[in-house]
Amino acid sequence: MAVLSTREKLAILSDAAKYDASCASSGAGGRDSLKSGGIGSTEGMGICHSYAPDGRCISLLKILLTNFCIYDCSYCINRSSSNVRRARFTVDEVVRLTMDFYKRNYIEGLFLSSGVVRSPDNTMGEMVEVARRLRLDEKFGGYIHLKTIPEASAELIEKAGLYADRLSINVELPTDEGVKRLAPEKRPETIRVSMAKLRSKIEEKAEPTLRTKTRERFAPGGQSTQMIVGADATPDAGILKTSARLYGSYQLRRVYYSAFSPIPDASSALPLRKPPLMREHRLYQADWLMRFYGFDQGEILDGQPDGMLDLEIDPKLAWALRNRASFPVDVNRADKERLLRIPGFGTRAVERIIETRRFKRLRLEDVGRLCQSIAKVRPFIVADGWSPGAATDAARLRETIAPKPQQLELFR
Amino acid sequence: MTGQPALSLAAYAVHLAGPTDFDGWRDAARRLSTNEVKPEDIEWHVGGEGDELPAPTPGVELRVSREFVERATIVACHSDSERFALLYRLLWRQRSEPHLLRIASDPDVRRFETMEKSVRRDEHKMHAFVRFRKIGDGNDERFVAWFEPDHFILELAAPFFVRRFTGMHWAILTPRGSTEWDRERLAFGPGASRNDAPTADQSEEMWRTYFANIFNPARLKVKAMQSEMPKKYWRNLPEASLIPNLIAGADEAAREMIARMPTMPAAHHQAIQARHWPSAEAVTETAARSIDALRQQASQCRRCPLWSEATQTVFGEGPDIAELVFVGEQPGDQEDLQGRPFVGPAGRIFDAVLGEAGIDRTAVYVTNAVKHFKFEPRGKRRIHSKPNAGEVQACRWWLAQELTLLKPKLVVALGATAAQSLLEAPVAITRQRGQTIERDDGLAVFLTIHPSYILRLRDPQEAAAERTRFAEDMRAVRAMMAA
Repeated sequence: MAVLSTREKLAILSDAAKYDASCASSGAGGRDSLKSGGIGSTEGMGICHSYAPDGRCISLLKILLTNFCIYDCSYCINRSSSNVRRARFTVDEVVRLTMDFYKRNYIEGLFLSSGVVRSPDNTMGEMVEVARRLRLDEKFGGYIHLKTIPEASAELIEKAGLYADRLSINVELPTDEGVKRLAPEKRPETIRVSMAKLRSKIEEKAEPTLRTKTRERFAPGGQSTQMIVGADATPDAGILKTSARLYGSYQLRRVYYSAFSPIPDASSALPLRKPPLMREHRLYQADWLMRFYGFDQGEILDGQPDGMLDLEIDPKLAWALRNRASFPVDVNRADKERLLRIPGFGTRAVERIIETRRFKRLRLEDVGRLCQSIAKVRPFIVADGWSPGAATDAARLRETIAPKPQQLELFR
Repeated sequence: MTGQPALSLAAYAVHLAGPTDFDGWRDAARRLSTNEVKPEDIEWHVGGEGDELPAPTPGVELRVSREFVERATIVACHSDSERFALLYRLLWRQRSEPHLLRIASDPDVRRFETMEKSVRRDEHKMHAFVRFRKIGDGNDERFVAWFEPDHFILELAAPFFVRRFTGMHWAILTPRGSTEWDRERLAFGPGASRNDAPTADQSEEMWRTYFANIFNPARLKVKAMQSEMPKKYWRNLPEASLIPNLIAGADEAAREMIARMPTMPAAHHQAIQARHWPSAEAVTETAARSIDALRQQASQCRRCPLWSEATQTVFGEGPDIAELVFVGEQPGDQEDLQGRPFVGPAGRIFDAVLGEAGIDRTAVYVTNAVKHFKFEPRGKRRIHSKPNAGEVQACRWWLAQELTLLKPKLVVALGATAAQSLLEAPVAITRQRGQTIERDDGLAVFLTIHPSYILRLRDPQEAAAERTRFAEDMRAVRAMMAA
């Protein structure tokens, strides 16, 4: 077999990683190179260094250590039965690529994932070695995200948490039945237990030690997970229920939803069409409602008989239209929780309203300067000199504020 | 000649030393405002010779919040020629409107915020889109970038690059100024031209390879890309030249992905399957011969739906020759995570009280009536919810197996759920506490509270009294075991 150049490997192993949606580099807390004299920093907020034409931010070098894999998950291009071209980076190659890219300011750091070769510990061991060499040999202070392998030993996970900013374990699919059917060798129980262990470890390390009173740095960016949407028949309600459980059970920072993408040489176990990307987008919006807007998982889809999010309008507007009795809300008097429920207001707009009204009563035009678009907000609020009258209950309200139909998607 | 330009009605023309001369603005603003010069009577210019400004009026303090000064420093970097006038107007208005900055709906404040945001965004984009190119090797290794910011942000953005690339010798050239870090000092210099920066770098082809391959053509979203990475930045991004072709070819590339139908499994697939995944032996729930075997079976329990929400089955724990068995209600948050019974807050009380009563925890067997955690997700927490009769009933099978294998001398029911499971009838713990009930099969069941009850009591005195009573119950248990 011809020996592949690093560049050929990079082509294969970044292509193999492109189906993974997550790429955030935030939440790691602060770190810089001033003391170490090395290279790299993280300042809490991630930086997107580029954008691919798929609209996704490129902030990390997201690659696989290898796309050889002993698992045969039908939704995955790297499954053992796939005829995809295989490659395998050496530890040294990944370290060099990361440093070369980072020094040119192309990336915030590394997101390393891998197919499982030989054994979970063997593969995890190599991933940890990449992180160790970056941190210790290269004095690298940038972001490192490792995708942990659920079956890997506790010692390896502990080491991974020492060097990495974030660890993640994919739940793969929203239900155990889905995993059993599409990823027959993966064990949902093991995945859950791994997440539980990681949560316990992160909490344990966050406690100041008795002797030194300092906190050990252990995966400061927390843990995250990803599930594939649309490869099985789980409706959005089921997906959000799973997310709510995962957030509550394992203190995840993020749950990523990855719309099932058609892959070359796809397994016949999969649907032939891809789900609309809009569904993925709506799931993220619903996820935000749960995490930042005080919505309960159940109420987001309450009254939607098919358990699916509306693709035409965002979930907050959909909720408001179903719950018109809760509107209009008086922007000069309502508490924060109620303001957060108004369609068209983000958390920032709500903060500014609360701040401003301490000194001045708000008129509609004042509100207009505090939010993105007053047109969407108008039917749902009362302000000085403004009342929506019958507009809140108008039968055609949805038509008047819903965005015009979008251009057709690439595939129908 | 008195030198007043014919068209200017302004009383004063201020000429600042440079486009980011915030200190100059501050000094002028102090002199003018303490002399009651109104905003409309001042013209602000960058460069050139200005008027003689009045001395600050002695004894008149210019009071302004630190927040305003900090934010004004940012706004002063904006390229809008009106910025210094706006800052003075805000300064002026704050004398009579101290909370002005809090009123985000005010047009001046709004403009101030917009300009601040625009500078911050430009700074952020500079952090993101500066692309260094390497020249030289070894000790001569240096990295040079060419960047074209919208605003005067070089001095604002440079410290970020120092913190990030401390161990690297680098320079950033812009039309409005340049900066260089030699691993020790940051220096600023005059503006440069694109030709002063290197044109290529050996890593660029690698980066372009990555960019082309990480893009998934089945997810084309050009607008989303452009709103975050506007075209004005593209000419200095080595990867951007690939974009038009990637977009043009996306449709076909995606069609091809779908059209490539499933093929025969790869050659090595069968070998991998045989080596790594020998067909799994089915777990059957037959009467087990040991607690360990029973635990193994229970890990796959599907007798009720609770398994699907919980992390794992939390089975009983303790020596399989234990003569004393404690039965709790169900695992909680910590038990669910760790897979072991009585390790959470209630478990710690239980351990402590057991110790005080002289019962050796390692010699007893501890289990629960229901072996999966039942909860409601509330934001980032899980709120324990009580197992219902059906769930208790479903799980009783496991408890019965445990008791059959252990054949204990005494079982302690901790709380009503445990008692109900053991006695197959509702039990009022508050009334029957401290009693021992003999089951039809001869098993003795001692009734007491669940230690989590002590945790739930708000009144510390009440909690202490309850803890004492619980310890008395445990001493009674010990006495019964000794008998």
